[in-house]
Amino acid sequence: MNLTATTAATVPPVTIRSGKTKAPGRSFWPFVIPALLVVVAVILVPWAFTLWMSVSEWKIGETHHFVGFANYWRLISDDRFIQSIWRTLVYTVLSVVAPLILGTIAALLFNRKLPFRGLLRGIFVMPMMATPVAIALVWTMMFHPQLGVLNYLLSLVGIGPQDWVYSPGTVIASLVMVETWQWTPLVMLIVLGGLASLPVDPFESAQIDGANAWQRLRYLTLPMITPFLLVAVTIRMIDALKSFDIIYAITQGGPGTASETINLYLYSVAFSYSEIGYGSAIAVVFFGLIVLLSILLLYLRQRSARIMGDVK
Amino acid sequence: MSRPPLQKAAFRLLDHLGTLLCVVLVVSPALLFFLWMLSLSLKYEIDNGAYPPIFIPDHIAWKNYTAVFASNHFLLYFWNSVIVTGAATLLALLVGVPAGYGIARLKANNSAMVIMIARMTPGLSYLIPMFLMFQWLGLLGTLVPQIIIHLVVTVPIVIWIMIGYFETTPIELEEAAMLDGASRWQTFLRVTLPIARPGVVVSFILAVIFSWNNFVFGVVLAGRETRTLPVAVYNMLSFEQVSWGPLAAAALVVTFPVLVLTVLAQRQIVAGLTAGAVKGG
Repeated sequence: MNLTATTAATVPPVTIRSGKTKAPGRSFWPFVIPALLVVVAVILVPWAFTLWMSVSEWKIGETHHFVGFANYWRLISDDRFIQSIWRTLVYTVLSVVAPLILGTIAALLFNRKLPFRGLLRGIFVMPMMATPVAIALVWTMMFHPQLGVLNYLLSLVGIGPQDWVYSPGTVIASLVMVETWQWTPLVMLIVLGGLASLPVDPFESAQIDGANAWQRLRYLTLPMITPFLLVAVTIRMIDALKSFDIIYAITQGGPGTASETINLYLYSVAFSYSEIGYGSAIAVVFFGLIVLLSILLLYLRQRSARIMGDVK
Repeated sequence: MSRPPLQKAAFRLLDHLGTLLCVVLVVSPALLFFLWMLSLSLKYEIDNGAYPPIFIPDHIAWKNYTAVFASNHFLLYFWNSVIVTGAATLLALLVGVPAGYGIARLKANNSAMVIMIARMTPGLSYLIPMFLMFQWLGLLGTLVPQIIIHLVVTVPIVIWIMIGYFETTPIELEEAAMLDGASRWQTFLRVTLPIARPGVVVSFILAVIFSWNNFVFGVVLAGRETRTLPVAVYNMLSFEQVSWGPLAAAALVVTFPVLVLTVLAQRQIVAGLTAGAVKGG
């Protein structure tokens, strides 16, 4: 599925004739080399280092031993780690689905003509651009069981006070609410980009054929923006799996370990318990999980693209 | 379809009003949140502890803000943030803009994969090795470690967005310049770069915002003298008195530059984010 074309709306596409690319091709390399060095230095070297540390027993300030896969075996029997995986998956699924639904609805609204559209869109986008720690601080105040404004708002509609992030039963849902509030705008922007790229003709002919608004949405708009929805799902999934700032600043993984996702556990192991080797093993497995789930989504996307291609 | 014109106009007006109402509803969680943040930051302790909550206080507590700026390290932390974000963004533009050009012209789509993988990598997995390396190098008391690790955030953003912009700049102009005897670098600097300037602006804005907002790198790498603002605000929460007014004021001061930038440059930000996101798939 080639989506790159959609970004180049106004300017005619670049055509490099194949015969000409051979000779000047080499002269483009000097442009890339400095960035390549930076990427090697700050991304690839640390990665190699992490892999090496993950097969070591190493505490900060102590000496280092090679232990083979012992750290990885330890992971399998580490209940706290296994639980953090499930918690992360639950958190991620909820933090993908809720913004996806709300963001799509918002995009359908923002796609219509309306006054102050730019300003309203600017306000709508603010949660995802604002500093996460600053936001987390205010949410913490809002979650306060006695003085928080959320319980007051609930009381206005006749719902009793909740414990929000202070109870193991509601902490994940509360954090997902913050994450949804924060990241729905990104889904909205991606879907809005998709809506802007839709052709007009099918909608006109559907209207002439007497399709109502719901039918046009259900059978035209949604299938046609599916590739964009899948992009949104992929990006949202990666970000939700990696979510750290909000959780750390609001609950630090608590109460107890009720909101301890893999990332939070990784932080504790590496920097609170200073277990560099074990922490590195968690980092490797965590990264593997993210890549695996991303590839799965990529596969689903290509399959759906093929099915849609067949229909056409 | 054969309604009288007046009824049609009324229907359209109703439709517009309905849409506007829905949009206001959709925007209100964001709007109300930031208004509440402002309200918290401008109230005295008594008003912040009141039940039912007070939205607009009778007495405005400007002292919450003066307290933030008067607290002994705040200006230092602000300056740290400016240095780290500024250096990480400028370095990223310096290497990232030419790289975006090179990658776009080489049509090296695999390099885009590298950037995607960088996005998938949890920040903490860079932190463990970097922390040790900086410890060995004895750099932990300085801002250098944070500047370097912020490149992990800024460089991919810049390259990502610039690839998209350079792919749309017409190559014919470059070929004409080269025929006139300009070198590849001259062509890039004099012909292509000016055309792609909006892209540089977009990647600059986004790199600044995401670097400014970054928290996790500072938590691990910053010492008492080298904290950036997000870390400093978090530390206020955990170690100092829990009085909401000054806390909310500090939080608002930290995120204020970003919010202003978001509203002023929302068009560029939207363009950059969607280009990156759509390409990201």
